[in-house]
Amino acid sequence: MIAEDTMQILYERAQEEWSKIEKNTLPVVYVGSATCGRAAGALETEEIIKNLLIKNKKYATFVEVGCMGPCALEPIIMVQPSDGIPICYGPIKPENAEEFVRRIFLEEGVWEEKLIGVMSTDEFHGLPPITRHPMLAPQVRNVLRNCGLIDPENFYHYLAQGGYRGFLKALDIGADAVLEEIKKSGLRGRGGAGFPTWRKWSFARETQADEKYLICNADEGDPGAFMNRSVLEGDPHSVLEGMLIAGYTIGARHGYVYCRAEYPLAIRRLEIAIQQMYEHGLLGENILNSGFSFDITIKKGAGAFVCGEETALIASIEGNRGMPRPRPPFPAISGLWGKPTVIQNVETLANVSLILQRGADWYVQYGNENSKGTKTFALAGKIKRTGLVEIPLGIPLRKVIFEVGGGILDDKEVKAVQTGGPSGGCIPAEMLDLPVDYEALTKAGSIMGSGGMIVLDEDNCMVDIARYFLSFTQAESCGKCTPCRVGTRAMLGILERICSGKGEMMDILRLETLAQTIKQGSLCGLGQTAPNPVLSTLRYFRHEYEEHIKAKECRAFVCGPLISYHIDPERCAGCTMCAKACPVKAISGKRKEPHVIDPGTCIRCGQCLRVCPTIYSAVYRRSGSRVRYEPIKERKKKTG
Amino acid sequence: MSSSHSELVSGLQQLFQKYPAKRSSIIPLLQEVQGHYGYISAPAVDAMADYLGVSASEIYGVASFYTQFKFTPPGKYVIQICQGTACHVRASSIILEALREELKIEPGHTTPDGLFTLERVACVGCCALAPVMAINGKVYAQMTQDKVCEVIKEYRQKEENKVGKEK
Repeated sequence: MIAEDTMQILYERAQEEWSKIEKNTLPVVYVGSATCGRAAGALETEEIIKNLLIKNKKYATFVEVGCMGPCALEPIIMVQPSDGIPICYGPIKPENAEEFVRRIFLEEGVWEEKLIGVMSTDEFHGLPPITRHPMLAPQVRNVLRNCGLIDPENFYHYLAQGGYRGFLKALDIGADAVLEEIKKSGLRGRGGAGFPTWRKWSFARETQADEKYLICNADEGDPGAFMNRSVLEGDPHSVLEGMLIAGYTIGARHGYVYCRAEYPLAIRRLEIAIQQMYEHGLLGENILNSGFSFDITIKKGAGAFVCGEETALIASIEGNRGMPRPRPPFPAISGLWGKPTVIQNVETLANVSLILQRGADWYVQYGNENSKGTKTFALAGKIKRTGLVEIPLGIPLRKVIFEVGGGILDDKEVKAVQTGGPSGGCIPAEMLDLPVDYEALTKAGSIMGSGGMIVLDEDNCMVDIARYFLSFTQAESCGKCTPCRVGTRAMLGILERICSGKGEMMDILRLETLAQTIKQGSLCGLGQTAPNPVLSTLRYFRHEYEEHIKAKECRAFVCGPLISYHIDPERCAGCTMCAKACPVKAISGKRKEPHVIDPGTCIRCGQCLRVCPTIYSAVYRRSGSRVRYEPIKERKKKTG
Repeated sequence: MSSSHSELVSGLQQLFQKYPAKRSSIIPLLQEVQGHYGYISAPAVDAMADYLGVSASEIYGVASFYTQFKFTPPGKYVIQICQGTACHVRASSIILEALREELKIEPGHTTPDGLFTLERVACVGCCALAPVMAINGKVYAQMTQDKVCEVIKEYRQKEENKVGKEK
């Protein structure tokens, strides 16, 4: 018999805690204080606001919440007046804090320029709801349901949102029914490969063993991805509840969270949450008198990208060098210490708790045929509204870039979208109508990946992007198997040659041959996918490779050795700034007379371009047949 | 054996106690030692080997695999330059160049005064605010060449003020 009374008392307590916030008498100030908010100065802003309020004898409750998503608007501050509906503002940088306090608290008004919206589905006193904000309107926040809205360090806040009801339901319906529910939901692994979650679970469940393990993979190693960090920092219990459900279903006694050491705040919030679970009897022996016992331990990763690979992660937990081993046997049959082990990504587990809380029927309304539910993406690069977003699977990529992301910075042209990090590829601008789902992205030569989405514009060189990813995978290759160890180095060497203008046409063929060998011969996912960035750029941007090789031309003006610097005598005013800045004294010319760069001495560092005042913009660049001038900006008029 | 050495060993043993003497404790122990002393010293590896009952070379083998572990003492301020994709496409190389020039050291090295260590890291997960750098864990967002130099100057100023006060 499950101890439902215990939970009932907890839920009542949670309602009480939550209503303190909902029916506040003092204003409540929510400060978005995940890593991204902190980097933008959220804690400094909070400090200034607190001090000013005290000085003015105004009082408010402060709640530090996780990430709301629109990082470009950080620091985000939400103020809930005593009559109820919170109003969301951003960016409130430390230098805005004083004006913020004056307008909101002293004049008791609204700061319209900084307004993001009210936390409601309808207008409120003529203010627009946050759901109408162009970045948030196309989104469906399921995984991120609580991020930015609850205090992640407050156990009761999670309970008040229906937390742990999914786990209770799992105990109630039994493991077989849970498996059926997950199968019905169509959930696929969110770590990148998209393996059906229920199948992994049923392998482990069917394997007979005295001990089984569940591992949460929080070793988010893709450079350019921070979705898992945001979930762990903003709503750790949603992931831990998913672990309980998964552990219960496969019959595991022990769970691990393998989290990057680079995420100290996520680790701290996990530690706090796990502690709370033990205190309230949701971990340990005989949980809620159900006969199910489970413990969770945090393992800190030590900075090895390859440890995102299941078998390498297992080796790392066992205390070894994080090197993968051949599969089969798959970890679900023989994993940690040779026992059946299920490894799931953070986001998959956050989905699990949700599916059990609200049911598979509710869940499948999002997504398309083969890709159900929603997916979080870390939207970054040359885009106006960067941040953490969550969209229903199957919507066109164009919608993500132009509606959610607001289009390209400085209204330049989008060139490509990179998904899947070093294992993925670049999707060209003309294919932006592609739906975001597992199959479509794979067919286009990229992968869904864990959720990194980097937007590239005309100023990004595709050969350089391929070189960048290869330099990453080459450095992170563990060295165990030859195709990956030697192959990635050989590919990188060729790409470096092309970027420095020393490539030959045969190099393209060499890259393609190497790519096939590495894909087919490598032991693990790191090697098997390492050539993807090269293959996809060769597929869609072959002309850029050819320009680098034949015309020694980099159209994006990125590859240093292919760029030369010149001074336009018509524009140069002889201000001498460039001559002073040049580290090799390659620039000569008299004061107030046009200067000249000696191409033999010039080391192409670009310092002259950076220091040339924008009122002249006399330094221009040449690459092959292309010439690029910087715009001349008018001198700022002095005021006062 | 010198007294400082035995002090070190007893300090290490205290750190180790939290963890069971099993092979799976190697990485947590290395993290504990580095968190406490800033790097993994040779005597620390020996003490760890004794405690866990594995050879010192086994421990070096594991430690050298992971980029987190350092074998030389770091500077007072560790500057991490993010080399993630988002930072790369927003020209983090210029930031690294600016720091190289300002500090006159290569990545992986420490300034002669022991104040700054320059490091390249994979990704600090603040991609939306690229390019970023972190100093002792504090993240500085949307860096430019000028901002980098300003931040370094601030730290130098802070140190000078401290020295001034002590005098």
